[in-house]
Amino acid sequence: MATEFHNLQELRHSASLANKVFVQRDYSEGTTCKFQTKFPSELESRIERTLFEDTVKTLNNYYAEAEKIGGQSYLEGCLACATAYLIFLCMETRYEKVLKKIAKYIQEQNEKVYAPRGLLITDPIERGMRVIEISIYEDRGSSGSSSGSSSVSGSTAR
Amino acid sequence: MITRKVRKWEKLPGKNTFCCDGRVMMARQKGVFYLTLFLIVGTCSLFFAFECPYLAVHLSPTIPVFAIVLFLFVLAMLLRTSFSDPGVLPRALQEEATFIEMEIEAANGNVPAGQRPPPRIRNVQINNQIVKLKYCYTCKIFRPPRASHCSICDNCVDRFDHHCPWVGNCVGKRNYRYFYLFTLSLSLLTIYIFTFDIVHVLVCFFTLWSVVGLTGFHTYLLSLNQTTNEDIKGSWSGKNRVQNPYSHKNIIKNCCEVLCGPTYPSVLDRRGLTQEDSPVPVASAAPSSSSSSSSPVPQTTKTKAPLIPNKRTPDDAKPSIAASAQKSPSPKEENPPAPKAPPLASPEMDVETSINKDKTH
Repeated sequence: MATEFHNLQELRHSASLANKVFVQRDYSEGTTCKFQTKFPSELESRIERTLFEDTVKTLNNYYAEAEKIGGQSYLEGCLACATAYLIFLCMETRYEKVLKKIAKYIQEQNEKVYAPRGLLITDPIERGMRVIEISIYEDRGSSGSSSGSSSVSGSTAR
Repeated sequence: MITRKVRKWEKLPGKNTFCCDGRVMMARQKGVFYLTLFLIVGTCSLFFAFECPYLAVHLSPTIPVFAIVLFLFVLAMLLRTSFSDPGVLPRALQEEATFIEMEIEAANGNVPAGQRPPPRIRNVQINNQIVKLKYCYTCKIFRPPRASHCSICDNCVDRFDHHCPWVGNCVGKRNYRYFYLFTLSLSLLTIYIFTFDIVHVLVCFFTLWSVVGLTGFHTYLLSLNQTTNEDIKGSWSGKNRVQNPYSHKNIIKNCCEVLCGPTYPSVLDRRGLTQEDSPVPVASAAPSSSSSSSSPVPQTTKTKAPLIPNKRTPDDAKPSIAASAQKSPSPKEENPPAPKAPPLASPEMDVETSINKDKTH
């Protein structure tokens, strides 16, 4: 049985936090930012394994792109050094650009995949890039739709 | 209820100090950092004030320009190292800490009462090597590989290098490159300043050495009562040559003669007055020259005619002149025969010359 929520706001205001799962870092390839794709047991009833793994793999790809050491990173580094790193006052670093993309992706995933299942992913940057925090929400009200709609109207009035 | 907007830095645990509304992050102890700033700025100011004018004029104006650029780069790197976040790992929030503790307990199993719980270690495999991750009791996290807890700042820092008091901050993953560039550029700056100070010192040294060397050489000549000319020609050196007859064979005597000897007068009488067109007869010059050779009293009031025979000399005066020239080292009493009819044309004769004339007649 899946509790359905129509949007994130609905989730936050009407549901109560039941539990949090923390997806740990995967250090098998060194200190580069990578998260374990091992499926946590607490999520077994809430979301399909493949969806979860896709999310984590996409995030890992984004981080790999940000931390890639190659032509572009050398160029950025040398140019910055030549200007005594003053160029960062006006220019955004590559990592910062990728972090923005990640934030957008997580927002999108939350809206489309996780919120409807009563879950919420927190951006790892808010946890020091140590863990992906997944909050598990339980429905407060007994019946889904009526309490959901009344709480929606209540939340919009606020 | 009015809620004030609080920035996250105000709530961060740990012993850091923050400035500029969270843009600047440093350790609590900043005294040594101020010393570093003072040393760098002070030394470079002295260099710019005292050395650079000399270098710009005598060598090239690009030298101070490059020094300024390098100095600004050093300052930029220092400030970037000191003011930036070294890679602090935020502490685990309550739920995460509980989650980790539960995991640890699950891993360790039940610990019998009275026994010490095993150390909180997590093993991970990195590139086929087992690395142990330690649990940090302050931050309540398992530290990532290469992270360490800084007791001065009370933070876990990723890729922790060291806490540098000179820079007033930890050196970690985020500011290690600035720290390295700071030390590198500062080395270059000190070597640069040192080199140009040495150049200045060497120029002064060579000038000094030339002058000191010259003085030393002349001290040597002085002690031997030699002239530079004689030294160059080797007049008194060498086996087959005569020994220096002018030397007293005593260093002190030689020095005394030159340094403390009598002050010799000028025999030029540069400022004496002379008549433009009237010729000075040479015949009258002969007795005066002979008298001047016999008596060394300076005759400053009159012109001296040369001892060279000129066309005005009467023929019979010439041999007397030659005779007088030969007899000049002879004793004073002997007076050379005076010429027969020397007309005393110049009225400015002194008493002695007239006395001599009386003697000869």
